[in-house]
Amino acid sequence: MISQFFVLSQRGDNIVFRDYRGEVQKGSAEIFFRKVKFWKDDGEEEAPPVFNVDGVNYFHVKVVGLLFVATTRVNVSPSLVLELLQRIARVIKDYLGVLNEDSLRKNFVLVYELLDEVIDFGYVQTTSTEVLKSYVFNEPIVVDAARLQPLSPAAIFMQGTKRMPGTAVTKSVVANEPGGRKREEIFVDIIEKISVTFSSSGYILTSEIDGTIQMKSYLTGNPEIRLALNDDLLIGKGGRSIYDYRSSTGSGAVVLDDCNFHESVRLDSFDVDRTLSLVPPDGEFPVMNYRMTQEFKPPFRINTLVEEAGALKAEVIIKISAEFSASITANTIVVEMPLPKYTTRVSFGLEPGAVGQRTDFKEANRRLEWGLKKIVGGSEHTLRAKLTFSQESHGNITKEVGPVNMTFTIPMYNASKLQVKYLQIAKKSSTYNPYRWVRYVTQANSYVARI
Amino acid sequence: MAPPAQAHRSPSPSQPSGKGEVSDLKSQLRQLAGSRAPGIDDSKRELFKKVISYMTIGIDVSAVFGEMVMCSATSDIVLKKMCYLYVGNYAKVNPDLALLTINFLQRDCKDEDPMIRGLALRSLCSLRVANLVEYLVGPLGLGLKDNNSYVRTVAVIGVLKLYHISAPTCIDADFPPTLKHLMLNDPDPQVVANCLSALQEIWSLEASTSEEASREREALISKPVIYYLLNRIKEFSEWAQCLVLELVAKYVPLDSNEIFDIMNLLEDRLQHANGAVVLSTIKVFLHLTLSMTDVHQQVYERIKAPLLTLVSSGSPEQSYAVLSHLHILVMRAPFIFASDYKHFYCQYNEPSYVKKLKLEMLTAVANESNTYEIVTELCEYAANVDIPIARESIRAVGKIALQQYDVNAIVDRLLQFLEMEKDYVTAEALVLVKDLLRKYPQWSHDCIAVVGSISSQNVQEPKAKAALIWMLGEYSQDMQDAPYILESLTENWEEEPSAEVRLHLLTAVMKCFFKRPPETQKVLGAALAAGLADFHQDVHDRALFYHRLLQYNVSVAERVVNPPKQAVSVFADTQSSEIKDRIFDEFNSLSVVYQKPSYMFTDKDYRGPFEFSDELGNLSIAAESADNVVPAQGVEANDKDLLLSTSEKEEIRGATFNVSGYSAPLYDSSAASVQSELAIISSTSAGSAPSSSLAIDDLLGLGLSAAPAPEPASVPPSLKLNSKAILDPGTFQQKWRQLPISLSQVYLPFLTLILF
Repeated sequence: MISQFFVLSQRGDNIVFRDYRGEVQKGSAEIFFRKVKFWKDDGEEEAPPVFNVDGVNYFHVKVVGLLFVATTRVNVSPSLVLELLQRIARVIKDYLGVLNEDSLRKNFVLVYELLDEVIDFGYVQTTSTEVLKSYVFNEPIVVDAARLQPLSPAAIFMQGTKRMPGTAVTKSVVANEPGGRKREEIFVDIIEKISVTFSSSGYILTSEIDGTIQMKSYLTGNPEIRLALNDDLLIGKGGRSIYDYRSSTGSGAVVLDDCNFHESVRLDSFDVDRTLSLVPPDGEFPVMNYRMTQEFKPPFRINTLVEEAGALKAEVIIKISAEFSASITANTIVVEMPLPKYTTRVSFGLEPGAVGQRTDFKEANRRLEWGLKKIVGGSEHTLRAKLTFSQESHGNITKEVGPVNMTFTIPMYNASKLQVKYLQIAKKSSTYNPYRWVRYVTQANSYVARI
Repeated sequence: MAPPAQAHRSPSPSQPSGKGEVSDLKSQLRQLAGSRAPGIDDSKRELFKKVISYMTIGIDVSAVFGEMVMCSATSDIVLKKMCYLYVGNYAKVNPDLALLTINFLQRDCKDEDPMIRGLALRSLCSLRVANLVEYLVGPLGLGLKDNNSYVRTVAVIGVLKLYHISAPTCIDADFPPTLKHLMLNDPDPQVVANCLSALQEIWSLEASTSEEASREREALISKPVIYYLLNRIKEFSEWAQCLVLELVAKYVPLDSNEIFDIMNLLEDRLQHANGAVVLSTIKVFLHLTLSMTDVHQQVYERIKAPLLTLVSSGSPEQSYAVLSHLHILVMRAPFIFASDYKHFYCQYNEPSYVKKLKLEMLTAVANESNTYEIVTELCEYAANVDIPIARESIRAVGKIALQQYDVNAIVDRLLQFLEMEKDYVTAEALVLVKDLLRKYPQWSHDCIAVVGSISSQNVQEPKAKAALIWMLGEYSQDMQDAPYILESLTENWEEEPSAEVRLHLLTAVMKCFFKRPPETQKVLGAALAAGLADFHQDVHDRALFYHRLLQYNVSVAERVVNPPKQAVSVFADTQSSEIKDRIFDEFNSLSVVYQKPSYMFTDKDYRGPFEFSDELGNLSIAAESADNVVPAQGVEANDKDLLLSTSEKEEIRGATFNVSGYSAPLYDSSAASVQSELAIISSTSAGSAPSSSLAIDDLLGLGLSAAPAPEPASVPPSLKLNSKAILDPGTFQQKWRQLPISLSQVYLPFLTLILF
């Protein structure tokens, strides 16, 4: 049960403010914003998502730079409120097509309308985009999506690949296309975040894949859908240690540690033929989340060499090898590495003929940054950086630098080998053939190589 | 910042001050109110939007209340909604104007369209005006019987709103029994869920005054109700499921068959993508099996995987909420999670509040088989650029060392930290080595060799410096340079900003003195001199105390300052197990995130409705006063270095056991400047002139402002510390003024003692 809900911009302005129970004072938004902004003084870097000031509990989630906040005085489930805030953001996005400060400001009346139906006197009534449709009457004012930051993982498809109709993912569930007719289509995205830690000798210390099968449906009449996954998919490892790599290699099967499902998913035949059946509700939602610690081939190898080169100098060489098929291209790659705090200057050397690469020495936090627009599968890229120090390093320079961290996005690639074999839409008409988009993408969550 | 931009006019600055704009709006609204021109609704919409945008950014637009109501006579539902929103916001502060709206709201409550009926009823109940409640009862009664479920859901919450505006009206209208009937019979699950929410609130609040209400509240967790709700669990929305599950967690089944039935029924809820549903289910499982040890443990095994999946899916905020719950489970049963330690490794880009939880979990699950790997991982973080986390990691290594039996390898790691030459690493490691030595004195040789090589100039943090000084004092016989390092530290007395460090320095010099008297004698004199001249009360007092102790009897002094120490077996836990259990009882609530039971952060008024069980609720309030003390101390003990507090206690104890014999010392300034020799008044002469020693006490400022200050006026010849001494400022001033007089009368015997 919550007392108030509000959305603040990055500067702390109220974009929407709804008081449901009148238990918390009106100035709560300011109190909250000040607390979040000056949290650093308490010795921590970032305010936690939940905190208490004078008996009022403040919950917040950050979505596209906006703060979605709820307050309450009672001891509620933090998970419920944070989940709710995230869900409200998603419902708003479903309606507005694009969620950002601009679209929220333009559509605040619609947002109030939604909020009135989502929560009554602090109790959640419904967060289903579908159900809400019958209670919401404002038409969204569509905001130009091109110059907007992406909100959801799905938005990453807008970057690299030209295959998708760019507007599709940012389409409102209620707005009609300019032509007046709605396009029948459904998107299924397999999004995997991978975390790998390499030891200094290149050995994999830990690895994990956190995946989501996300769906966004624009099908009229809500037909039932069947989604088939790999037949040999296994779930759980029968009591064995989750990190027991030996158990899985060689068999070729995809072994998930665990997974969970959206409430609309029916698992009647899942155990038999690994198919999920569901009637997709409108809007965007995760069909299934899964987690895998089975060994997989990491897409990139990182080799780093740090050498002292004279009294106040050192050289860093970072080599990235892309170990995936040449038909695949990774994009928006950033490699960063902390340098000794007495580093004063860094001169970079890129390989000859390098295009779409940038290098930077962030003096404020003594960090080396190397950005690459794209990396084609099978290729290798090297960066040389000469460091100049203001004082001699005591002892071992490798203890003063690193680890190397890498972020990237690889469309049409999935590390887990989990696949959607087919997507069946149960509708009787033979002429009915909606667009079906199945897309894969892999992103780095924490991709770290120690030195 | 400007409101959502409808800036087709308004040349004024972007942040409207209010007045001008509001009166503009007022006149425009008035023009539109009477008009029936086509397209009028669109203009109204624009104006209404503006009013609401002002309202959002906090400009008071209550002045246009009348006009808004006039304009609301429309069939445009968007306009109606905006108007309802506006009215709901301002009715409370304008009760008279609110009356204006009753009419059209009541009319809308009878509209053909169930949507309009629901909307109107919701707005009617949201007015929060006490003298309008009479208008609510009729529409609410009809609403509860409406054949449309949307209207009924609204009406049920409306009853709750009415209860909060005027409880007697709600009770007199017999609404709670109606809700109960609906809860058990309505086909719409959201109506049922709302009834449950409303009844929980109403009956909890009523329970303090009405026995019937308290019986009804108990009836909610009776078998028929629980089974009825459980059988419909899949009909409910995910949010309503959470509500039901919270209720089920309070249910006490009769036998184990029932427990297994419930758990089988709810098993698949653990696979839900909504973390709140999963956590509520886990709460049910944990609470149901509390008395069945082996099943309880199986529950832990069963919930592990779903929890880990939730932690790694969803937004960072959601995963933090789940991680906090995983944390409490790990802390309760670390052995169950020992093989999952890799899941608690920190990731590069995690926020520090997540990393901190993970470090605590890593510390907890460390056992014989995984310690090596965990400590290796922690050592990586220690070299990290994120300094707060590096510090926490070193502390974690230290904690693991203190909880393990075989610390061989860990000690080596800690000593390597000391050699890393990063000031914060050295600082943290010093504190740890000190704690380690208190538990494992047998390691002193290895540690001292390394500690001895650390230059005290490189250690600046008070805690670390205090730890280093403590070791210098404690192990001065093993460290060749100890007296000389202490000497140089004493020379820089004036520059040392931290009283804590100066206190430790005094004690360390004393200890060193007993172990290596010839080398330390000079330093001791200088330290006591500096201590006596110190403006910090505690430092001064401690110096004075040592001074007198030495003067009284050197061997007693040694026994007090440097007694044989027992190795510490277990360091005090910061949280009592009672508090931990209380937090566990409140699983799936903020208590877990804050790591505090709810009574510590929730106002009394807001505790009632959700603290369901009567006994528990009363208990928590009754026990509050007693409990409040415990956590407060716990926190203090946590903050304060445990070593410091114990060593201080030792000295306090020393101070109380035999005070009568001490007399006032006098410090001879010439002696200090010439030879730094210790000048101590002979105890025999002091005994002969009690009044004089008293005066000097005051002159030296002995404990007058400190808590256990002796009451000079009533002091018998033999000084006894009055535990309840109170000296009000006035008296103090008087004493102080008398001092020069008494001083002049005093015969000051003094003797330069050369002790050795």
